[in-house]
Amino acid sequence: MIAIIKYNAGNIRSVQNALKRLGYDSIISDDREEILGADKVIFPGVGEASTAMQHLKEKGLDEVIKSVTQPFLGICLGLQLMCNKTDEGNTDCLGIFDTNVKLFPPDEKVPHMGWNSFTSIKGDLFKSIDKKDDVYYVHSYYAELCEDTAAICDYINPFSTALQKDNFYATQFHPEKSAKIGEQILKNFCTL
Amino acid sequence: MLKKRIIPCLDIKDGRTVKGINFVDIQDAGDPIELAKKYVEQGADELVFLDITATVENRKTLIELVTHIAEEINIPFTVGGGINSVEDVSNLIQAGADKVSVNSSAVKRPELIKEIAQKFGSQCVVVAVDTKFMDNEWMVFVHGGRTPTPLKTLDWVKQVERLGAGEILLTSMNNDGTKNGFSIDITNKVSEAVNIPVIASGGAGKSEHFKDVFEQTKATGGLAASIFHYSEIPIPELKDYLNKQEISIRL
Repeated sequence: MIAIIKYNAGNIRSVQNALKRLGYDSIISDDREEILGADKVIFPGVGEASTAMQHLKEKGLDEVIKSVTQPFLGICLGLQLMCNKTDEGNTDCLGIFDTNVKLFPPDEKVPHMGWNSFTSIKGDLFKSIDKKDDVYYVHSYYAELCEDTAAICDYINPFSTALQKDNFYATQFHPEKSAKIGEQILKNFCTL
Repeated sequence: MLKKRIIPCLDIKDGRTVKGINFVDIQDAGDPIELAKKYVEQGADELVFLDITATVENRKTLIELVTHIAEEINIPFTVGGGINSVEDVSNLIQAGADKVSVNSSAVKRPELIKEIAQKFGSQCVVVAVDTKFMDNEWMVFVHGGRTPTPLKTLDWVKQVERLGAGEILLTSMNNDGTKNGFSIDITNKVSEAVNIPVIASGGAGKSEHFKDVFEQTKATGGLAASIFHYSEIPIPELKDYLNKQEISIRL
């Protein structure tokens, strides 16, 4: 069973739908026991960082997330909340990845919206994936490069589009909306 | 590199696609899900579903349809037509729509854009702008292009960006249905005036028109309906052409 963390962010059902298409059962939950008892945990999200972080703290989910030992995947806002700090609402985040989240400068269209490829990829999540493969993005903030960077995308400047540290994985792009390539990445996570 | 998006639009009435199509391998041409799946298979980058009836009785049908689309489709999709309130948006987002598009209701009450952006994020607010060139000025029209407004298009798009719109879907009424190409003039002006993504719509008749709008303006997407419905330009052929013309495209 895969647990999808329930909080005040959009896009949660999309992840459940994507898992179902791949043949995986999932529950959407904010219950500590259910989350910690799942085989895998997914932390999706589209929304605003400071209100999301506040909600996680009120529900005690910040501590639950940090204590997960199973494979854990943050998506989009999920990735950003797993970093130290974000410029969005000047918010302190979970600090799983030792990097910060910045607002894109207006040198190109912002949000970064649409399909984009990678400049580098590594790790289990990207098994059978090519650098040239495109995945779907929609975001105005980005995580800076750091030691935990597992994949890089270059838009306005190079940023961490995937991060990995121990059992914690995260993607800035939306695998659940990235057609066949996204399905392969989700499948790679589900079979970790 | 960020790819230019090719976006088919499906008109929906009472839960069915309106314009007939002639894909030989589709059993039920009126089924929006069958058609949507076909487009995804062909490499569409996003889909737009426009509910052209949008009466109160039909909202429930639409919500059910959106729920099914979200179960079946693995690329992002936008739903538009008859959205008047944050509650309308909430119902569509919960059913699985990635974005919603607002038009007349935003002109009537611009704060709606801000309310949606605050609750669901700018990324899910597409503002559809129908524009017509008359008396030497590009003006905004509402109600499916039937009603003129006193709004100048360039003023309006800057205002919607300030209010928190995440994207603009720009339709030139002068070009729509002509198959003579997108309006380079207004697409260029709008995509220079705002820093949010702009999707060009209205007038696509052949592959060259997409090349022109991507080369000569800052539009990041091109939307069309009939040329895809009737397979006048199959999406794989269009993408292959654009790729050969060195337009950055997802293959």
